Amino acid sequence: MKAPYWAAESPVEHLGSERYPYPLGREDVGLRHATSIGRVTALLTVDSTPCYSLAKNAWLCGQYWTDKGDQLISATEQHIELVVLSIGLSLVLSFPLALIARRFRVTAPVILGGATTVYTIPSLALFSLLLPVWGLTMTTVVVGLALYAITILIRNILAGLDGVPDAAIEAALGMGYGPTRMLFTVELPLALPAIMAGLRVATVSTVALATVGAILNYGGLGNLLYDAVNSQFKAQILAASVLCVALAVAFDVLLIAIGWVLTPWARRRT
Amino acid sequence: MTGVWPFLTARSSWAGPNGIAARLAEHLWLTGVSMLLALVIALPVALVLGHTGKGGAVAINISNVGRAIPTFAIILVLSVGALGTDDFGPFGRAGLATLVSLVLFAIPPIMTNAYVGMREVDRDLVESAQGMGMNAQETFWQVELPMALPLVMTGVRLAVVQVWATATIAALVAGPGLGNIIQKGFDSNKQYMVVGGAIVVAVVAIILELSLVLVARVIDPMRRARRHRDLTPRLAVVEGVR
Repeated sequence: MKAPYWAAESPVEHLGSERYPYPLGREDVGLRHATSIGRVTALLTVDSTPCYSLAKNAWLCGQYWTDKGDQLISATEQHIELVVLSIGLSLVLSFPLALIARRFRVTAPVILGGATTVYTIPSLALFSLLLPVWGLTMTTVVVGLALYAITILIRNILAGLDGVPDAAIEAALGMGYGPTRMLFTVELPLALPAIMAGLRVATVSTVALATVGAILNYGGLGNLLYDAVNSQFKAQILAASVLCVALAVAFDVLLIAIGWVLTPWARRRT
Repeated sequence: MTGVWPFLTARSSWAGPNGIAARLAEHLWLTGVSMLLALVIALPVALVLGHTGKGGAVAINISNVGRAIPTFAIILVLSVGALGTDDFGPFGRAGLATLVSLVLFAIPPIMTNAYVGMREVDRDLVESAQGMGMNAQETFWQVELPMALPLVMTGVRLAVVQVWATATIAALVAGPGLGNIIQKGFDSNKQYMVVGGAIVVAVVAIILELSLVLVARVIDPMRRARRHRDLTPRLAVVEGVR
C-alpha cells in the first residue's frame, strides 16, 4: 500500500513524476514547501471546467446552483405565480359552481360530470385544446391548471357541505338563521376541513402539473426541464425536479398551517 | 380552429410511421403493457395488506407522494439516466424510461384504492363469514374481494387515465406516443395539428374512462343487491397527477 503523502519520504512519491519531475532532497525544505503550494493551486486550476459542463454533465453539481441561481429563482417565481393564479381562479369559480350544484340538484350531474370529463383529459391535450382561445400565453396554462383544480375543489366543497351535522343546521335554524348567514357562519366553517383537504390535493397536483406548461413556454421549473431535454443537462434536470417537489411540499405545509389557524375547534386536544 | 377537421379526416395524417394511427397504436400498447405490469405488482400487495390490515400508512401515502412528483420530471430523469435507451422494441425512442415511469405512476391509485376497498368492507360481514366457518382464504375470495371490487376497479380506472395522460407527456422528452402529434404541431407552428392531436388524446381518454366505468358496473357482483339496499362503500377520491 502506498503511504499517505504526509508520511512520504519525498514529495515526489505522491505528486507523480509527470507533473513534478524534479527530484527533491529532504534538506530542500523551502522548495518542498513551495511545491506543495503549487500542488494545491494546480488542483484548483486544472479542474476549472464546471461540473455542469457538457463534458462532465454531473447530476449533482453545487456550482450549477451558484452559477445559474438567477435562472432557478426566476423559474421558481414563475412556477409560484402559475400555481397561485390558477388556484386562486379555481377557488373563485368552484364555490359558486358547488353552491349551484347543491341548490339546484338538476344541475349537479351536469356540473360534476363536466368537471370529471375535464379531469379525464391529459394536461398536454387540455393546454392544446385551449390554445386557439388564448394562444401562446400564460392565461392558457393558468386556465388549464385551474380547470383541474376546480374538479377536485367542487367535489370536496360538496362533500364538506354534505358532512355538516344536521344538528348544527337545526340549531341554527331554530336560532333564526337565514340561508346566507347559515352558509357563511355555520356550514362553510364546518365544511372547512374537507375543503382544505381538497385544496391541498389540488395545490400539490397543480405544482406538479404546471411543469407541462413548458410546451407553451410558461411552465415555471418545467421550462428548465424542457430546455434540458436535448442537451441532457443533468444538473439542471435534477435541480428543477428537486425544486419542484420541494415547492409542492412547501405549499402543502403552508396550507396545513393555514387550516390549523382557521379551524381552532378541529385541533386535537392533548 | 380552421383546418382541424380536414387534418383529422385526411388519410395522410393517419398513415405513416409518424401518423396518428401508428402513434395511437404505440400509445395504447404502452398503456396496456404498463397497466398489466402495475396490476401484477400492486394488486396482490394491496389486497394482502388490506386483508391483514397492515401497512396502511404506506398504501395510502404512496398516493400523496406520487401526486407531488411531476411525471415530466420522472420520465426525463429516467430517460437521461440509467434507462436511457435509444429504442426499446415497439415502444420507440425513450421507450424503456417511459414504460417504467408509467408503471410507477399507475401503482399509487391501484394500491391505495384496493387497500381502502379491502379495509372498508363491513367488519360485521367478515365476522359473520368467520362465524359461518369460512377460513381466511374463503373469507378473502368470497366476501372481502367481491365487496371491495368497486373500489378496486375505481383504482384501476384512475390508473388507466393517469397512464394515458403520462404517456402523452412522454413526447416532451422525445419519447413515444400521441403527444408527438401535439409536439410536432407546436414545433412547426401548426395549430390545427396541435388541436387535432389533442382531440384524439382527449377522446380516447374519455372512451377509456367510460368503458371502465361500464366494466366495473358489469363485473360488480353486488350490483343486484345494491339496487335494494345501499351497500356502496364510501367512495374514496384518490386521484393522481395528469
